[in-house]
Amino acid sequence: MNALLLAATKDVVAFHVNPVLFYALAAIAIAGATGVVISRNPVHSALFLVMTMIIIAVFFLTLSAPMVAIVQVIVYASAIVVLFLFVIMLLGIDRHEMLATDDRKYQRPAGAALGLLTLGGLIATVIGNWQLGPQTSSGRALSAIPTLDGVASTTAGETDQIRPLARTLFTQFAWQFQVTAVLLVIAVVGAVVLARRSTRPARTEVSA
Amino acid sequence: MNLAISATTIGAQHYFILGAILFTIGATGLLLRRNAIVMFMCVELMLNAVNLTFVTFAKALNDSAGQAAVFFTLIVAAAEVAVGLAIIVAIFRRRQGATADDIDLMKG
Repeated sequence: MNALLLAATKDVVAFHVNPVLFYALAAIAIAGATGVVISRNPVHSALFLVMTMIIIAVFFLTLSAPMVAIVQVIVYASAIVVLFLFVIMLLGIDRHEMLATDDRKYQRPAGAALGLLTLGGLIATVIGNWQLGPQTSSGRALSAIPTLDGVASTTAGETDQIRPLARTLFTQFAWQFQVTAVLLVIAVVGAVVLARRSTRPARTEVSA
Repeated sequence: MNLAISATTIGAQHYFILGAILFTIGATGLLLRRNAIVMFMCVELMLNAVNLTFVTFAKALNDSAGQAAVFFTLIVAAAEVAVGLAIIVAIFRRRQGATADDIDLMKG
């Protein structure tokens, strides 16, 4: 049974994606991610972040998830990065980071070593002896899914990709979906309270 | 393990490894950079890498719960950015700087 699952999940699952396209996009995504990390100027980091997120949206398209891809572009690549750029410009902290006058010499080698360790662990997990759980979220036994090698050959229409997502989101995860509304309200209130220009500290300094 | 299944297909493992690489770059950036805003961008990068893995699993298992998880990640990321950037603005007002070294004391 386990061997069957392993065979099904590790070897059979393949998507009809042009390998040249995949490797080219992967190279751009990794270059963009590296650019986010190594850019001295935060504005350049934000622009590299946009690049990486749009490439990841294209990857979502290749995984037949158009809805997620569009939301990725609208929310991540647009709203969140614009918010980043807005704060960078508002605060005027687009000056270069002083990496030369770094008084903590151990930080860079230690960070690089921990990064390599993370990469090694993750890749060992991916190519190692893993298997998926016995059930999917909808309670079906994994072995009962008739798809694994049929997925690639399925030519589903646009509605057939979005309708199951809507059904999952608004039936199975309806409670969680409403809880996220509470989370967003809390976040908005928190942002307003934190960013509000308070006049009280000045007065306490005077009285103290 | 058969990474190259045929000339016109890409295995799910390719996507997982790509997600692992992007996650690692984000994690390494979080450890290396001191600018709080760039650290936030690295967190977004890590969230994106995990989203890629979620969608790959959704496709591989033909289960849209993976795509639903991406929406929740997105909402949490939006909330995190709103609060996090507000914190950065508040710190910058007090300290005239927004590097992680400015925030090493747990008092205003």
